[in-house]
Amino acid sequence: MMTLAFDWLLVVALLWSAWRCLASADLNRAVVMFIVFGLLMALAWARLDAPDIALAEAAIGAGLTGALLLDALGALRARREGRDVHGEAP
Amino acid sequence: MNRLARGVTVGVGVALAVALVVALLELPAAAIHLPGTVAQHLAQSGVEHPVTAVLLNFRGWDTLLEVAVLLLALLTLLTLSGGQAAVAAVEADPLLQGLARKALPLIILMAGYLLWAGAHRPGGAFQAGAVLAAGAVLLQLAGLLPAWAAPGRLLRLGLTLGFLVFLAVAAALLGQGALLQYPPASAGGLILLIEAGLTLSLGLILAGLFLFVTGRRA
Repeated sequence: MMTLAFDWLLVVALLWSAWRCLASADLNRAVVMFIVFGLLMALAWARLDAPDIALAEAAIGAGLTGALLLDALGALRARREGRDVHGEAP
Repeated sequence: MNRLARGVTVGVGVALAVALVVALLELPAAAIHLPGTVAQHLAQSGVEHPVTAVLLNFRGWDTLLEVAVLLLALLTLLTLSGGQAAVAAVEADPLLQGLARKALPLIILMAGYLLWAGAHRPGGAFQAGAVLAAGAVLLQLAGLLPAWAAPGRLLRLGLTLGFLVFLAVAAALLGQGALLQYPPASAGGLILLIEAGLTLSLGLILAGLFLFVTGRRA
């Protein structure tokens, strides 16, 4: 009973975080939701008795990809600010 | 017009999703029982964990190509960024630096454990390499490690070492007729050798995907 409730909670949270990630207009929030989705996905893999995939998902899917996306976001922001300083059209 | 296009897009998307679910539900049963076959031959694979046995022994060819693809991705990234001068590390946050210094030995220990554990429980070269890469990214974010510019000779060797070791083992075993068919007696040692090289190289490659990009930006 408990595990069933947990699984349903996991399913709802997965769908919710995926939707928030795609629908969010704020890129920063979308990246954070992507990381949340990756960690929930790792939990889902662990629940499906696939700990190998869960480890890879947590480390590569959520961790490294999330860091790369945040880095790309920072680069975009820095470029936009640099452009504003030089007075060019956005 | 815009609303019509959006409606058509959503309609096509929903239809595709329904078709996929229906196709999944009507999937025929597998012709051969693969988990049973793996369990049957596990004793000859040199490791006790079925996932590692499949990745490094039964389907070693796939893993070899996977590593090649990762290496190719990094080479493409380097080609796009071109050779640029090294960039100084970002400004330091003492608290983050202290944490990174404390965490680094644990991260390396964890990577070593995952590599060793791969033989008999979940773990292995990919996970260990990802943990190593996370350590490098942490160091870079804490300002302890400068972003990488064009790789020097040592770094190039490190990036390709895992692939080269894997390829060398595959080539050495070619004389027996089949590609990557380890002799059962030495399979465990060969797999550990390949995985150790892969851990180092995958760690550097995954870290490079982050560190080379960051260096290019600044």
